[in-house]
Amino acid sequence: MTDATREREPAAWSGPGPFLSVRDLSVEFATEDGVVHAVDRLSFELEKGTTLGIVGESGSGKSVSTLAVLGLHDPAHATVTGEIWLEGRQLVGADERVMEGLRGDAVSMIFQDPLSSLSPFHTVGRQIAETYRKHRGGGRREARARAVEMLARVGIPHAAARVDDYPHQFSGGMRQRVMIAMALVCDPGLVIADEPTTALDVTVQAQILDLLTELQRESGTSIILITHDLGVVARSARRVLVMYAGRAVEEGSVREVLREPRHPYTWGLLGSMPRLRSDVDLPLLPVRGTPPSMLAPPPGCPFHPRCDHRRLVPGDACAADRPELSPAEGHRDACHLPLARKREIFDGEIRGRL
Amino acid sequence: MVRFFLRRVAGAAMIMVIISVVTFVLFYAVPRDPARAFCGKICPPQNLALIRHNLGMDDPLFVQYWHWLAGVFTGRDLPQFGECAAPCLGYSFATREPVFSAILDRLPVTLSVTFGAAVVLLTFGVVTGMIAAWQQGRPLDKIASASSVIGASLQIYFVGPLLVFFAVDTLGLLPRPAYVPITEDPGRWFVHLLIPWLVLSIIFTANYTRMTRSVMIEQLAEDYVRTARAKGMSGRTVFLRFAWRGAMIPIVTIFGVDLATLLGGAIITEQTFTLHGIGELAVRAVQNTDLPMLLGVTLVGAFAIVTLTILVDVLYAVIDPRVRLR
Ligand SMILES: Nc1ncnc2c1ncn2[C@@H]1O[C@H](COP(=O)(O)OP(=O)(O)O)[C@@H](O)[C@H]1O
Ligand code: SF4
Ligand SMILES: [Mg+2]
Repeated sequence: MTDATREREPAAWSGPGPFLSVRDLSVEFATEDGVVHAVDRLSFELEKGTTLGIVGESGSGKSVSTLAVLGLHDPAHATVTGEIWLEGRQLVGADERVMEGLRGDAVSMIFQDPLSSLSPFHTVGRQIAETYRKHRGGGRREARARAVEMLARVGIPHAAARVDDYPHQFSGGMRQRVMIAMALVCDPGLVIADEPTTALDVTVQAQILDLLTELQRESGTSIILITHDLGVVARSARRVLVMYAGRAVEEGSVREVLREPRHPYTWGLLGSMPRLRSDVDLPLLPVRGTPPSMLAPPPGCPFHPRCDHRRLVPGDACAADRPELSPAEGHRDACHLPLARKREIFDGEIRGRL
Repeated sequence: MVRFFLRRVAGAAMIMVIISVVTFVLFYAVPRDPARAFCGKICPPQNLALIRHNLGMDDPLFVQYWHWLAGVFTGRDLPQFGECAAPCLGYSFATREPVFSAILDRLPVTLSVTFGAAVVLLTFGVVTGMIAAWQQGRPLDKIASASSVIGASLQIYFVGPLLVFFAVDTLGLLPRPAYVPITEDPGRWFVHLLIPWLVLSIIFTANYTRMTRSVMIEQLAEDYVRTARAKGMSGRTVFLRFAWRGAMIPIVTIFGVDLATLLGGAIITEQTFTLHGIGELAVRAVQNTDLPMLLGVTLVGAFAIVTLTILVDVLYAVIDPRVRLR
């Protein structure tokens, strides 16, 4: 509502540095059981108009790290440290007013379950229109016309008639389209889609992903696509970040990470993906063991209790020293094994099983 | 919606019939003879028989019930009592006046007490609960929670006289509780009933504070509230425009359940402040073994509760569009 937000030119970032840059982001929650280290020194970058896939098991910190971008953690319970630079602006510790102006306007979010994520008490038209009016002002009629336009744009048939329907009157896929319409109503530069297709049928999943890609092509939006499904990443993302226990364990282009994965956790993740496997008769190989408790994450490499390769690292460094992402650019991963050794293991033992 | 409504009304009618039968049967299961009560200390048997006949008590039970039920729809005109237009709930054994008009005379008192207290308790309960939820964990929340515990442990017949003593006798802030018809003087109606309303609502308010607080906190954790935040709505907007809608549903539900208790509380309140309402009628009917009056009071009470319950259901549909289409 402030003048500053209304003047913001949508999708116009051309300054130095990446469009979105997250550096050493940590998020901790104070709970009754102790401190939950949900995100631990996470860094990643996102270029204008591209899609970054974030993958990882449930509980690996995907949602928590992206909610931090929106500044949606309650300061009474959560401690957010590090830096989040969006279009050259630091968001960690930014004023709540400033964040309110950004949310839904410069950055918007699509959630997993559109039924529970849309208000059951308001029509979809009103929910879309109020986002528009909040950031762009304008009268009811104008905002309503904009809502109809958005509904039509995301492919909802008879948009002008359906604008007055309630979320529960739509099918799951159509509801997710409503959610997308709402997220895009102010032409945000960044859209965070948190498992946008997980709650949907397989056929609808593909439609929604294609819609996102198409809208991205039209408006040059940058997308963070959170999923635990590497198939979704393969379909829609340019780069991919693999998270484990609140950390980045591998990062690279989709091609690099899916074709030549380097981190043992990524191998496990790929092995547990049915859709990427050539021979459907092979049994699925879920990652051995259970995800760690974030109250007391394992020291050193957080994956070491579940890793089949830690004995190859001398001196049990896996349990003592934290591996950092390396090299500095391009395809990177966080594992003590030498790169050549990882290539060898992957080509020798892993590739055949995928 | 219409069919749903008609079904509820039919169900309500059934409930009323069942309640009337049960009251009838229970009354005769009690070994007290209303005719003897009328007859006086020295009671010759022929007098007793005559009284029985006049009261219509020498017919078999189901005939008596039938007469009574028919009277509800067609009215009655017994020579010894006079005319009683439909809906005729019979004649009082004690005063011989038609039960329905006796109840009608006193209904405004009880309705005033009950509705006023309902407004006070909902307003106070919901507002303090909202403040407590908004200030969760902070001093204001603790104050609201603590005072709700105290409120819940109070009793009408204890707080009532206490409040009268301080507010009326000592400080002279308010007039003594009484009933002034609202049609006569709305202002005096209001100030004279303020103490009864406060006293009756105070025992419930605590419950609504606690409940509103917890359902608001629950709603604030809902996904759709997070979505509202994610699209730039301020914490206050989310609280006032989104969360309360969801919170109203459980509050309305509990209020529907509390209606009967509230009506019971109104009767105790009337007794405490000697307001001449339905409560007094009920107590006197029990003392006098006055079956028709007792039956009438029970049924009117049941009718009020059943009607309000249907209203509560309609309210659901207003609050929650998902109910509307079912
Ligand atoms: N508000 C919270 N309070 C305490 N712990 C939380 C909170 N939100 C998330 N967590 C914890 O943070 C970790 C990461 O959660 P999340 O980011 O939701 O995982 P996911 O990768 O499945 O999206 C989990 O262990 C979760 O239990
Ligand atoms: S650092 Fe050690 S434990 Fe961690 S993934 Fe590499 S080999 Fe496995
Ligand atoms: Mg998640």
